[in-house]
Amino acid sequence: MGTASSMLTQYDIEEVQEHCNNLFSQQEIVSLYQRFCQLDRNAKGFISSDEFLSVPEFAMNPLSQRLLKMVDGINFKDFVAFLSAFSAKATSYHKIELIFKVYDSDRNGKVSFKDILEVLKDLSGPFMSDEQREQVLSQVLKEAGYSKESSLTLDDFIKVLGQSELKMDVEIPVD
Amino acid sequence: MRKNNPKSQSTELELDQPNIEDYLPDGHPIHQEPRGKLRLCDLLDISPTLSEAAGAIVDDSFLRCFKSIPSEPWNWNVYLFPLWCFGVVVRYFVLFPARVLLLSFGWMIFLSAFIPVHLLLKRDNNLRKNIEVFFVASWTGVVKYHGPRPSMRPKQVFVANHTSMIDFIVLEQMTAFAVIMQKHPGWVGLLQNTILESVGCIWFNRTEAKDREIVARKLREHVQGADNNPLLIFPEGTCVNNHYSVMFKKGAFELGCTVCPVAIKYNKIFVDAFWNSRKQSFTKHLLQLMTSWAVVCDVWYLEPQNQKPGETSIEFAERVREIISQRAGLKMVPWDGYLKYSRPSPKLKEGKQRDFADLVLRRLEEK
Repeated sequence: MGTASSMLTQYDIEEVQEHCNNLFSQQEIVSLYQRFCQLDRNAKGFISSDEFLSVPEFAMNPLSQRLLKMVDGINFKDFVAFLSAFSAKATSYHKIELIFKVYDSDRNGKVSFKDILEVLKDLSGPFMSDEQREQVLSQVLKEAGYSKESSLTLDDFIKVLGQSELKMDVEIPVD
Repeated sequence: MRKNNPKSQSTELELDQPNIEDYLPDGHPIHQEPRGKLRLCDLLDISPTLSEAAGAIVDDSFLRCFKSIPSEPWNWNVYLFPLWCFGVVVRYFVLFPARVLLLSFGWMIFLSAFIPVHLLLKRDNNLRKNIEVFFVASWTGVVKYHGPRPSMRPKQVFVANHTSMIDFIVLEQMTAFAVIMQKHPGWVGLLQNTILESVGCIWFNRTEAKDREIVARKLREHVQGADNNPLLIFPEGTCVNNHYSVMFKKGAFELGCTVCPVAIKYNKIFVDAFWNSRKQSFTKHLLQLMTSWAVVCDVWYLEPQNQKPGETSIEFAERVREIISQRAGLKMVPWDGYLKYSRPSPKLKEGKQRDFADLVLRRLEEK
């Protein structure tokens, strides 16, 4: 799949569709491919961090650095798989799983107090002090029945976030 | 009185601009209605921010401005295809050599007269007009001018949307202008140094940080000079694909002059005049133009505008941009064209961070 040709065959489309569990239609995959080729400037077959950052809307997102760690050097198949969590057809579980991955930067399957603090720091920047962030987090954790020392697993995330409807859908523009 | 204080020159992009949030896709607002006490799920739920990031990855209003939008090929048909082939032969082997000859001829006349003339007169408008006629004829430009021809007055600058290097030539044909352009390498740079300098053009270099002050000063000096050619400025600062317009830089609007907007719209019927500097060099672009049937465009001279009392330079710039965009059928986007070459200022990110922090702290108070 990482070829430089800008033409997708039907076979390629089906392969990608399978890889993302049919969460995108074939037309959406073609659209995504056009976008991929636009971002991948020298048709290397993958998109580098720099090329992602050339999208100003992405560069100014507070979580851009975290997301870059997940998508740096990504090829088309994985690009589609990554974005499939944002499909309207994706399950709540799938979306929460992505959120968990964003928090769990060291990929040890556990999200510690420190991990959440770091994400909070990305989101609030210089507008909250470290003490304020710690205080807020300790308080809400306690109220939810966790402590500062507890590490949250994916199941915990599902328990906490699965209650309400997650609004995490992105529409793929199709010509 | 200017609102913005002169800051010390920084290497980052100073995006002093109207509220960008007004323009951005109104997807999921990052702040939902505060619903009582802050809970763990509210803190952990980063879905709005993630959605915005994914939305930007999938499609964004900035890169759209620089995408070459291809036209539909019409020749895939039994009888149209040979017709198209015949057309190719005519364009490459008849039109192109004719144009090259015309251009060379024009250059020869120009150069043989230029050197003595340049030494004798400061600027020779007629001579330059002739070379431009050859230039425009060399790619068979079909330009239709609308609107009253601008009268030459002092304290007046012209601003136009920018699609290609030939914008300048198209406008020069009608009136003599002094333009401010990016310094280019190669043969274009040579051209800039020799001939264009004689008509009073000003250079800038977008990569140099201190350049903005120098350029601002040069602009002011030029405008004050009585015999200088009227100044033509492309406030977008970069070539855009003629379907969108990016933010106008305020430099042209702070000179205390009347601003005359000019709108240029190219018709892509034969060739796309948009010079995608990422995809091709200017030489290649020029060759593409010269082997096409014609470059067709409309130029509208619009009503001169003055800064309204109480209006900042940025608001003035945006107002003029709206006038031009409406006339030329361009969609406005809130991005600075220079983002093509550098990263956005951290100030943009900080806006979002501040909103988040405010929301959390506010909800924390609620018991």
